[in-house]
Amino acid sequence: MPQLTTEIERLSLIIEIGGMPVRVHTIDPAFLNLLQDRYAGFVSDSGGAEIEFDVELQEPKTVDPDADVEVAHHSGTWSLRRGDFLAEWEPAARHGWIRQTANPHAIDAVLRIVHTLLLAQQGGFLLHSASAIRNGKAFLFAGVSEAGKTTISRLAPSDVTLLTDEISYVRRRGDEYVAFGTPFTGELAKVGENVSAPISALYLLAKGQENRIDAITPGEATRSLLANLLFFAKDEELVRAIFHSTFEFVSRVPVARLTFVPDAKVWGLIA
Amino acid sequence: MSKLYIARNPRAAARSLDGEMMIMSSTDSTLFTLNKTATILWQWADGSTPLDEIVEKRICTEFEVAATEALADAQALARELAGCEILELSETPITTRQPPLGEKW
Repeated sequence: MPQLTTEIERLSLIIEIGGMPVRVHTIDPAFLNLLQDRYAGFVSDSGGAEIEFDVELQEPKTVDPDADVEVAHHSGTWSLRRGDFLAEWEPAARHGWIRQTANPHAIDAVLRIVHTLLLAQQGGFLLHSASAIRNGKAFLFAGVSEAGKTTISRLAPSDVTLLTDEISYVRRRGDEYVAFGTPFTGELAKVGENVSAPISALYLLAKGQENRIDAITPGEATRSLLANLLFFAKDEELVRAIFHSTFEFVSRVPVARLTFVPDAKVWGLIA
Repeated sequence: MSKLYIARNPRAAARSLDGEMMIMSSTDSTLFTLNKTATILWQWADGSTPLDEIVEKRICTEFEVAATEALADAQALARELAGCEILELSETPITTRQPPLGEKW
C-alpha cells in the first residue's frame, strides 16, 4: 500500500529566561540551529515548559522595520503583531503560535512581549538598563539610548558578571527584587550570563566630568523608572499593575543617579 | 449658578510618594504629577461634595486665597484634569462616587 502521508519531524527547544521556560516548536532544522546559537546559555534541557509556541516560518516580504508593535487582548488571547511577525498566545492554555520570517529578531520581540505580560502580573518588569552582579549583588544601570548602558558594561572589571547591556529582567521575590541575565543585547552584542541575584541598587546613568553618585527624590526615581520600562500592551489592568509595581520597587530598592566619565574607575563606586 | 461635582476616575492609577501625587492614565499610560491644589481636588473628589465646598474648606484654608478666585481656578483645573481622564465632572452628584481619601492618602 503506498504511503499517503509523510510524517514531518517536529523539532523543539526550551528557551529559559528569568526562570521561565518557553518551548519553541519548529519543523525547520536550520531555524532550530539559529535559535540554539541565538539563545546559547539560555537553552534549557529541563523537561517542562510554562508556555509552548509553534513557529511557522514564512517567506520574507517587504516590511516596515519601524512599524510599531501592537499588543492586544481579546477573549483570553493575546495577539502580537509587528511588520515581521504575527503571533497569538492563550495564557490559560499555555500555548501560542508565531508566524514569522526566519530571523531571530522576530522571535526575540515575541519573547520580550510575552515576558513583559507575565512579569506585569507578578510585580516584575523588563527595564531598559544594563545589569550586572558583583559580590553576589545585582546592580541596574538605566537610561535611554546613549545614556551609557553599553559603555558601563564594557568598562566592567573581571569580577563583574554581566547580565545584560540593554534589557534587564526584574522579578519580585517576597520583599526583594531579583535581576536575571537576559539574551537581549544592545550595542555590546554580548549575551548576558544566565544567572541571577538580589538587586542592591538601581542607578540612573548620566555622563559627566566626574564619577559620583547623587541621591534623587522618590518621585524622580519613580518617574525615571516608568520612563525606562518596556511595556507594549494597551491593557488598563496591566498598566495599573505596572504603575503600582514601580512604586513597590522604589520603596524597596535604593535608586540614585550615577554620573560617570568613560573610565573604569566608576566601578570603584559600585560594590 | 449650578454646582459642580468631581469624582476620581476609577480607571486612573494613583500613588502618593513622599508628598508627591502621581497618577497614570491607564488608557494611554500618560503620567501626571499633581501640584498641591490638584492633589487636594483628587483627595476630596468623592462625587458627592460640591466643588465650591471643597474649595472653601480645603483650598481657601490651605492657601489663604479669596473664595471666588479660588473657585474659578479650581473649576478650570478640574476641567483640565477631566480632560486628562483623571477626574470625572458632573453638575449632579456622581453616584459611582468613592469615599474621600482625605489626609490619609
